[in-house]
Amino acid sequence: MNAAWSVIGLSHYLVLSAILFTIGVLGIFINRRNVIVILMSIELMLLAVNINFVAFSTHLHNLVGQVFAMFVLTVAAAEASIGLAILVVCFRNRGSIAVEDINLMKG
Amino acid sequence: MNVENIYATFPELFLASCALMLLLFGVKRGNDATLFTGLIAVVVCLAAGVLLIKLPSFVEPGQAQLGVSALCHGCKAFGGMFINDAFAQFVKVLLLLASAIAIMLSWGYMERHGLERPEYPALILFATLGMMLMVSANDLLALYMGLELQSLALYVLASFRRDHVRSSEAGLKYFVLGSLSSGMLLYGISLLYGYTGSTGFEALAHVLAGEPPIGVVLGLVFVCAAMAFKVSAVPFHMWTPDVYEGAPTPVTAFFAAGPKLAALALFVRVLLQPLAGLEHQWVQVVVFMAVASMLLGSFAGLAQSNIKRLMAYSSIANVGYALVGMAVANEAGVQALLVYLSIYLVNTLGVFGVILCLRREGVMAEKIADLAGLSKSHPLLAVAMGIFMFSLAGVPPLAGFFGKYFVFLAAVQAGMLPLAIIGVLTSCVAAYYYLRIIKVMYFDDATEAAVDPVPEFSLRIVTGGAALLMLLFVFMPTPVIDSALAAAHSLMPQG
Repeated sequence: MNAAWSVIGLSHYLVLSAILFTIGVLGIFINRRNVIVILMSIELMLLAVNINFVAFSTHLHNLVGQVFAMFVLTVAAAEASIGLAILVVCFRNRGSIAVEDINLMKG
Repeated sequence: MNVENIYATFPELFLASCALMLLLFGVKRGNDATLFTGLIAVVVCLAAGVLLIKLPSFVEPGQAQLGVSALCHGCKAFGGMFINDAFAQFVKVLLLLASAIAIMLSWGYMERHGLERPEYPALILFATLGMMLMVSANDLLALYMGLELQSLALYVLASFRRDHVRSSEAGLKYFVLGSLSSGMLLYGISLLYGYTGSTGFEALAHVLAGEPPIGVVLGLVFVCAAMAFKVSAVPFHMWTPDVYEGAPTPVTAFFAAGPKLAALALFVRVLLQPLAGLEHQWVQVVVFMAVASMLLGSFAGLAQSNIKRLMAYSSIANVGYALVGMAVANEAGVQALLVYLSIYLVNTLGVFGVILCLRREGVMAEKIADLAGLSKSHPLLAVAMGIFMFSLAGVPPLAGFFGKYFVFLAAVQAGMLPLAIIGVLTSCVAAYYYLRIIKVMYFDDATEAAVDPVPEFSLRIVTGGAALLMLLFVFMPTPVIDSALAAAHSLMPQG
């Protein structure tokens, strides 16, 4: 096996993170069924960003990126809890969490 | 933590500890204490504003011990992550004022809708704290944390009317699109970090002075898109009308004033300090967003019948005018933007004060047609609304005219004549829907019962005060204009 093939470099991580981020964004826009899936997509976007941060941090030998990733993880937890809380409120009012049902106002 | 850090962030620390104590107190006392906590929250906001302005002179005697650098305008704290320059101070004073007024506007509404919960003022204080950290951010990490603290509090506020379908729907929409924009901001930040190796604004500005690598430009695009979401500039505006319509009216008033100002201030700082070297890349983006926002805000507003939705489109158009000042990207442009925003802030809070006065048999009247006959049943209210609408339309002796004048003047002087022409034309279009409200108030006959009398003293004070400010700005414009100039000066890289 060629050595160049066996090394996982910065670009591999960046491509992985770009793919995950794109899946997350598409999950928000294409998904037509369930709001929970939207919450999962948001989480996926944030985790993709974390891969970016950690990969850059290792590549640059600079710890700031890893510190940033820690903060992002913490905020993501807070964000998910608030999102779920709002979703519960919505479900109590409408009795449904389907994306099509959230259509009272058309912007 | 050393003494300089405490002095530089003292207003924020004060606000944070007061908000936490208020939350504890509110939880312990239950819903009976809501009016009291609201009152305290207003006092805390005003006190933090006074601290912000007066703190340097309070601690002057200890200067020898602390060193001059700790007290000067523009001092930094926490290893350069936090900066308290004249720009941040100017915006923060306005933000605190807006929060205090937003809490005052909410009292009667919350009581009538069974929403008197003590966490409401505490949430507004947390959102204010987040906004203050945003405008003082001098590092991408501080920027992100401030933005999230503000956004998380705002998501809850938008869905505060829990038993109301529209409010929870507005909260959900705001949450999903806000989180999407936060994700895009983070992706942009990660690229900026990866290609420059740092997150501090000075270090970024230093690295980005030369020809930027493609990754940095990509990061810039993501950051710009995310910030456009936060300021609700076209093409990222779609959440605004829904959230404005669905959220409880006092919360909408708060959204239209504070967060918008904070996000625009943050946008200006990010583009003009760390990303100043990329001006050629971002100016075209900002010009496009300014033109698109002015056009869409003016034309889409023509078809609205709900007054809160109308104000949403009006705010999109106004963001467009503010972005004109940003596109100019010099000291005059930033000064014009700050003057414009401070006038718009007072104006829009006044409009929402009037909207909150409109109730018919206890139900909020939100249609434009509901204003019919207001001049006969409530002449003073109609006069105040007339002043606000003329001011938003930019009719000369009123304050709104000067805001637009400064923005377009800055654009013309910087050679951006087409931008100024589009601005003037769209503000003529927008004048149609502002003047229509006046026509409905004064010349249409009331078809239904008259609007209920205005019960709250706080609403009268806010509406009357805002109307007076709009009317009298022409006699005393210098304090605002001078401090906006100082603020703009502190933002620009010193040569």
